Amino acid sequence: MVVEHSGADAAPDSAFLEEVMGATAVPSRLDHCIQCGTCGGSCPSGPEMDHTPRQLFALIRAGRRDAVLSSNAPWMCVSCYYCVVRCPQAIQITDVMYALKTMATRAHAAGDRTASDFSRLFIWNVEHFGRSYEVGLVGPHYLRHHLGRLPGVAPMGIGLLAKGRIPLAPARIKGLAGLHAILARAAELEAAR
Amino acid sequence: MTRYLYYPGCSMDASARAYQESLAAIAPVLGLDLAELDDWNCCGATEYFGLSRTPAYALVGRNLAIAADQADGTRTLVAPCSACFLNLARTDHAMAESPVLRRDVNASLEVGGFHYDPGAITVRHLLEVIMNEVGLARVSGAVSRPLTGLRVAPYLGCMVPRPDYASLWIRHEQPRDLDRLLATLGADVVDYPLTTECCGGHMAQISTELGFGLIRRLIVAAEARGADLMVAVCPMCQMNIDAFQGEMNRHFRTSHHMPILFFTQLMGLAFGQEPTRLGIGRELVDASRALARVGIEVPPPSEDELKAAQREEAHRRKQALPMPHLDDAPGAERQEVRR
Amino acid sequence: MTADEPAGTGAGPRIGVYVCHCGSNIAGAVDVEAVRDFAAAELAGRGVVVARDYKFMCSSLGQELIEQDVRELGLDRVVVAACSPHMHEKTFRGAVGRAGLNAYLCDLVSIREQVSWVHTDRAAATEKAKAILSGGVERIRHNVPLEPVVVPIDPATLVVGGGIAGITAALELANAGHKVYLVEKDPSIGGHMAQFDKTFPTLDCAACILTPRMVEVGSHPNVELLTWSEVVNVSGYVGDFQVTVLKKARYVDTELCTGCGICQEKCPKKVVDEVFEAGLGYRKGVYTPFPQAVPKYPVIDRYNCTYYEKGTCKACEKFCPTGAIRFDQQDELITFKVGNIVISTGFSLFDARRIEEYGYGRLPNVFSSLEFERLSNSAGPTGGRVVLRDGVTEPRSVAIVHCVGSRDRRYNAYCSAICCMQSLKFAHLVKEHTAATVYEFYIDMRTPAKGYDEFYQRLMDEGTIFVRGKVAAIHEAEAAEGAAGKLVVQVEDTLAGVQRRIPVDMVILSAGVEPRSDARDVARLFGISCSADGWLIEKHPKLDPIATMEEGVHIAGGVSGPKDIPASVAQGAAAAARVLSHIAAGQLELEPYKASVAATACSGCRLCNGLCPFSAISYLEDRAVSEINPALCQGCGVCVAACPAGAISASGFDTDQILAQIEGLLLEHVGPAGPTAGVLA
Repeated sequence: MVVEHSGADAAPDSAFLEEVMGATAVPSRLDHCIQCGTCGGSCPSGPEMDHTPRQLFALIRAGRRDAVLSSNAPWMCVSCYYCVVRCPQAIQITDVMYALKTMATRAHAAGDRTASDFSRLFIWNVEHFGRSYEVGLVGPHYLRHHLGRLPGVAPMGIGLLAKGRIPLAPARIKGLAGLHAILARAAELEAAR
Repeated sequence: MTRYLYYPGCSMDASARAYQESLAAIAPVLGLDLAELDDWNCCGATEYFGLSRTPAYALVGRNLAIAADQADGTRTLVAPCSACFLNLARTDHAMAESPVLRRDVNASLEVGGFHYDPGAITVRHLLEVIMNEVGLARVSGAVSRPLTGLRVAPYLGCMVPRPDYASLWIRHEQPRDLDRLLATLGADVVDYPLTTECCGGHMAQISTELGFGLIRRLIVAAEARGADLMVAVCPMCQMNIDAFQGEMNRHFRTSHHMPILFFTQLMGLAFGQEPTRLGIGRELVDASRALARVGIEVPPPSEDELKAAQREEAHRRKQALPMPHLDDAPGAERQEVRR
Repeated sequence: MTADEPAGTGAGPRIGVYVCHCGSNIAGAVDVEAVRDFAAAELAGRGVVVARDYKFMCSSLGQELIEQDVRELGLDRVVVAACSPHMHEKTFRGAVGRAGLNAYLCDLVSIREQVSWVHTDRAAATEKAKAILSGGVERIRHNVPLEPVVVPIDPATLVVGGGIAGITAALELANAGHKVYLVEKDPSIGGHMAQFDKTFPTLDCAACILTPRMVEVGSHPNVELLTWSEVVNVSGYVGDFQVTVLKKARYVDTELCTGCGICQEKCPKKVVDEVFEAGLGYRKGVYTPFPQAVPKYPVIDRYNCTYYEKGTCKACEKFCPTGAIRFDQQDELITFKVGNIVISTGFSLFDARRIEEYGYGRLPNVFSSLEFERLSNSAGPTGGRVVLRDGVTEPRSVAIVHCVGSRDRRYNAYCSAICCMQSLKFAHLVKEHTAATVYEFYIDMRTPAKGYDEFYQRLMDEGTIFVRGKVAAIHEAEAAEGAAGKLVVQVEDTLAGVQRRIPVDMVILSAGVEPRSDARDVARLFGISCSADGWLIEKHPKLDPIATMEEGVHIAGGVSGPKDIPASVAQGAAAAARVLSHIAAGQLELEPYKASVAATACSGCRLCNGLCPFSAISYLEDRAVSEINPALCQGCGVCVAACPAGAISASGFDTDQILAQIEGLLLEHVGPAGPTAGVLA
């Protein structure tokens, strides 16, 4: 067991909790967690997570920043909202997971990059075309992270193409310049928060 | 015809073309005049919210602002994709709840010449609009080729009944709306308790074991209940069950064959429309064998079989303890969606 | 002398002001010394001759301080700025009374509940305390001496609800020699306890300990038992309540009925018993809920009776050996007087159907806690066999789920208090009746009473498997999970930090307790209040849990919040003790706040006549004015507010007093107009 001594001058453990709570768009009520495990029990990704959501919240309260931000748990969240509608304390768990992903990306702390790279690739598409483009997404992602799956996934790609389910070129919105300006301004405002 | 603002989302032109085609075919029958938003952009799916907060909400905010500008007498924005629906609804909700977010999103939108006041637009999912605005009576009136004998597993997925910011749904775990719609089409609806379980979203791209495990669970449960096919209300769910089924089979060394169609495709079929017009055939897991049942009456069981079954049932009942009664047990006519 | 004469001249009022610190309760948020100085300096012109502060004004020393000042400084008015009058008005009025002053020349103003407990800005809170004190000083200048009203206590008592709390209260009173009316809406007394097989933590048989008390109360010469009855109206006040009870038709002549049970045997109508059997078993159209029912007489459920539905049958009548069936019996209204009331109408079980993910009502082998109580009861629908819903199969594994509908903001935020122990009892009973493996799924194990944690230890010895985690969902086992036919309990084992899917045959939902659906109606009927949740509110949660704000109306048992059997019994006895003290005293002093009509100002519009909830106002035709009967008036003030001519005033709450208090709050008379009062710390 790791024994941790909080130094007399160290920042209080609650500083990290407050940071996480400040990073969601709507109040998360994370400080009301009673550690009942409804979230971990409900989670379809539970078996694959380094920490169940509940454990993650306990680590946040213990101020274990590195352990939290390098956990794969937020990246395994599929946004199914089971935990949110079942939480007896009405904690906005999905929002917390989104906030933790953002914080981990900023801290360059995510261990396995499969999920964070996928997100970034997706966003790259959206930022360049205004729309998502599955080929521009899936191709590079498989080359980078699932090389071994390429033989398996190839028939699917060919099938989708044959069934007319993959457009040959990405759609591009007209107001792309305006969208870029909006996102740039939003990024500035986010940095200032 | 009733006019609604319409946000198709990126998949409708790509992997979910069949959803778009079938919706286009049935909309006039249902009196839906769907006015597509001008120059809408991607909603960010489940990716952008994890990358940066204000830009993610600004991205969706642009669509809401376009909708508000284009409203012209209606304020209802219909989305056929569950993820798009949720992101639009979630942005409206968060902007209403958080003054800081409202301020920052509008300061960003301003640069592009947009502005959005939360509450100006009501975001609704296509299924819910058909259930509550069009109504089952109108749907029923349009049915000319009942899907009698087709055993369907209604699969709602996550993001329509959850988290339900606008409290539109009474039940978040076992809603029976899709069941009732499909029953109205004449289909034989199997009891599918996994109806609101997760398809894995993008997990098939992230963690193979987990993503394929979730897909397999849904398919196995549908098979176990004798479904000929599954019915989806979301492009992402359909994509996972349909396009990844082959790779999932290879991964687990299984040979499941469970077609999945969009509910709009089945509506079109029941309305007597041409399968090709409805995007039937675009699915990778072939649905034609299942659809061969459409229009075919299942022969009723023989008199002797029926009597033996009744006897057994009576004996079983005599011993059994009574169940707690549910006012809204399957079959009971009750609106589950609150308006 | 008028009240407006400056003080200190020997002719004006001589007011003492006492500001309490209440430890740090008030002093923590209010500058008490500044309030004291304000009274001494700024209110001296209004008659304040002394202002003091003290750490605990309510202590003997604090009270003696006031008494001493009244005697030595010749005070004729006292204002104490401290807690709410609900807490200590009596204390301080007692103190001035001992010093020879009329008690009603002392007022208490609240700077704790209304100031220090609800504000954090010290400076602003101090200013508010000054204003409230100023209001109190202005008001007391208009107080006049009053004498309490003495009412005689009728020694009869009404007990509403025949569960274990009501039975206990009724027996205590009856054994002391007093008349009790025990009203129960079901056909038999016994309440929830009668449904149980065993009781925790000692596992006594519920029927063995309850039935003797039911029989005793049912046959007690001092108890008039009114079952199948409901209180429909209550009027009057402590000492003299008039009660109207609706006695529903039983369609059985209780003079002739011997309780032989032949009618129930012959009745062809079988219905699911949603009340006593919790929906798990059947009863007949004519029935007693259970064999040991008190009274023994059955009732005919006319909404489930072939005769009332179709006009033919009458099997019960044909077979009744004493001819006791009376299809023409009518509901009856009976009225009587009592001096005190005890409400013990109990609680309801949380409806587990509301938690969809637990599958109750959808998955046959998910049972509610009351269903399991009946299942394990040897007099229950299975004769005590613990079996699955098919009525045959014995479970080989059972999951017991805690906190169903409790500690959950979606349903009830409170802890239901009984479920941990109830769940442990269930685990024991499953082990006693079957060879099943038993799991308990809990968030926190709460066993804080005599013998309770020892019971938890005993269950560990019995091999119960404890898993710490709130159950997320209960599914039918999927084919992929390889446990066909089972239920799968999906949970995070929070101590192991892993998600588990545990297949079991049977799930028992340990549902929490809720106020009865008609709790608000009960509160309105008896003139008391409910919390936001619907529990009846006690006079003081710690010091007076069985009294209410309505004098003479008491509460006992689960009606005021989740309680187990020992706590309910204790409250039933405590409520009876309070009633007995009223009866023994023979009379009670009530506040002398009464309304009266100034005949010269009354226009005779009669508006007040219909508004009075106590029917105390009558119209005198000959003089064309309304008049209030002081014996009936409860001083509620409705008529005072309603009178368009301002002709009605209430002693203790005179218009002059109220207007003066408002002026005081607005600090309209503040300023050192007179000689400075002495400041004594």
